[in-house]
Amino acid sequence: MTGISIAMMIVAMIIVWGGLIASILFLRRNPEVVGGPHEDPDLVLDDEQRAHQAHPTRDT
Amino acid sequence: MATPSNAPVATENRETWTSNTGFILAAVGSAVGLGNIWRFPGVAYESGGGAFMIPYLCALLTAGIPILFLDYAIGHRYRAAAPLAYRRIRKPAEALGWFQILLSFVIAVYYAAVIAWAMSYFVFAFDLSWGQDTLAFFVGDYLQVGDPEISTTIVPGIAIPLVITWVAVLIAIALGVAKGVEKVNVLFIPLLFVAFIGLVIRALTLPGALDGLTEFFTPDWAALGDLDVWIAAYSQIFFSLSIAFGIMVTYASFQRRKANMTSSGLVVAFANSSFELLAGIGVFATLGFMAHQQSTQVSELEGLTGPILSFVTFPAVINEMPGGTIFGVVFFASLIMAGFTSIISILLGVAASVGEKFGLGWRTSAVSVSAVCAVLSIGLFSTTSGLIALDTVDQFANNVGIVLSAIVMTVLLVWVYRRGELLRQHLNAVSTFKVGKWWIVLIGFVGPVFLVIMLVQKLVSLVSEGYEGYPGWYVGLFGWGTVVFVIVMAAILTAIPWKGRDQADFRPWPELEEEHR
Repeated sequence: MTGISIAMMIVAMIIVWGGLIASILFLRRNPEVVGGPHEDPDLVLDDEQRAHQAHPTRDT
Repeated sequence: MATPSNAPVATENRETWTSNTGFILAAVGSAVGLGNIWRFPGVAYESGGGAFMIPYLCALLTAGIPILFLDYAIGHRYRAAAPLAYRRIRKPAEALGWFQILLSFVIAVYYAAVIAWAMSYFVFAFDLSWGQDTLAFFVGDYLQVGDPEISTTIVPGIAIPLVITWVAVLIAIALGVAKGVEKVNVLFIPLLFVAFIGLVIRALTLPGALDGLTEFFTPDWAALGDLDVWIAAYSQIFFSLSIAFGIMVTYASFQRRKANMTSSGLVVAFANSSFELLAGIGVFATLGFMAHQQSTQVSELEGLTGPILSFVTFPAVINEMPGGTIFGVVFFASLIMAGFTSIISILLGVAASVGEKFGLGWRTSAVSVSAVCAVLSIGLFSTTSGLIALDTVDQFANNVGIVLSAIVMTVLLVWVYRRGELLRQHLNAVSTFKVGKWWIVLIGFVGPVFLVIMLVQKLVSLVSEGYEGYPGWYVGLFGWGTVVFVIVMAAILTAIPWKGRDQADFRPWPELEEEHR
């Protein structure tokens, strides 16, 4: 492999694989908003019902 | 917390950690579909390898992630499938929702064909019946590719797995086991990952592999001026992140109201690209090996076009593996499962939209949508002209349709309806990764400007040069015809009245200051 292609490979790996590691660590440290806006119990119930329907997953 | 005796705190921490890990695994798992393994390497190769990586990375950071957030924000705030979600922003915007949903309908039609190919290859893997010349086998013996025409010559080798694919999809949806099918992925995604890593490692140790990687990673500065490469990079990002075609809007509408949208979006986006990078490395290493065998250059390998690349290169590596049969069987079985859950998710996105509009139960609408899709799919893609039809429809649905959809979406929301700040506040209210004003600049300015320039260039080249040398009437029918079909159907579906099913009294949550301005 040439120097420039190795450099490009490293840049791509740092951005993409590094980005994955960084975003996982970030999500693990900050899993949920603390406090946040008030949620009506009816809305929470509505959410739970909706979660049981079949729905598209993040895919392709 | 350095107080292990403090039981409640410890328990609370552990639970948070566990549920979050589960979520991350699910997110990473679901990011993987055929788009990563089948489409990415092919698009990269067609765009000239090294020329592709820079536009691709730019596309991920400047449009992929920001527009993914936009999709999330719309679906999460307005809590409906794409057409109704857009309608809740402004009534006429419903047409955009249908435009996007119809594009995913078109994609489902041809996506099934790729699953059918994987199914055949699963069978071939048992005795490696693709032989040494995997290219000649795929195009000639298997697909029996003919001329661009409306062929009525059925190729049984494709027709049979294609019918099986659709029967399986219909059964999974009709029985309501779509969620169960997803759970199967808990097994298959790790398997796919293991088999895939095995293939990539083997590919890297083949003679000539490094030449392939050189081809993949050497930046071609001249090609950066070629807008076709940029448009291919942006559409690949849109395709594999499933953004700007309504699926992510619908998906986000099912998330809990306090779901951490942006932070998980980042994990999903990077996981998706991580897999693509890995697939690219594996496929290009194999191309280097194939060039080495034929004593030629990677860029001069003949007869390789994008859509078939993975089906030519992976069998070539499997041939070279000790225990190749096992690897082949596991790899293609996992690929089928990854594709299978993808197509179900696409169809459910379409079905949710149809169901909301016509007041159908989700199962009724899912079965009817899938049945229509199945008929079109089997009719179009099981013949000798199937590959050519697939290539043409893919080109127009993605490089024209999705790009157009992204432009209309961003311009409409940021400039016409001025919802950028509101949606930003919404994301920030529920997410831990806070989105700054830069986000509005990206989706409102950088994205649309690039996308418009690229789309215009693409349209000019398609009008003046046609596509891949196919006859004009063929490109007109399958290429432009696809775009016209989607626009006309979007207009018709928008015109049909909701009869109150749009719940006009819907109030978005949480209430934001921006709303009252």
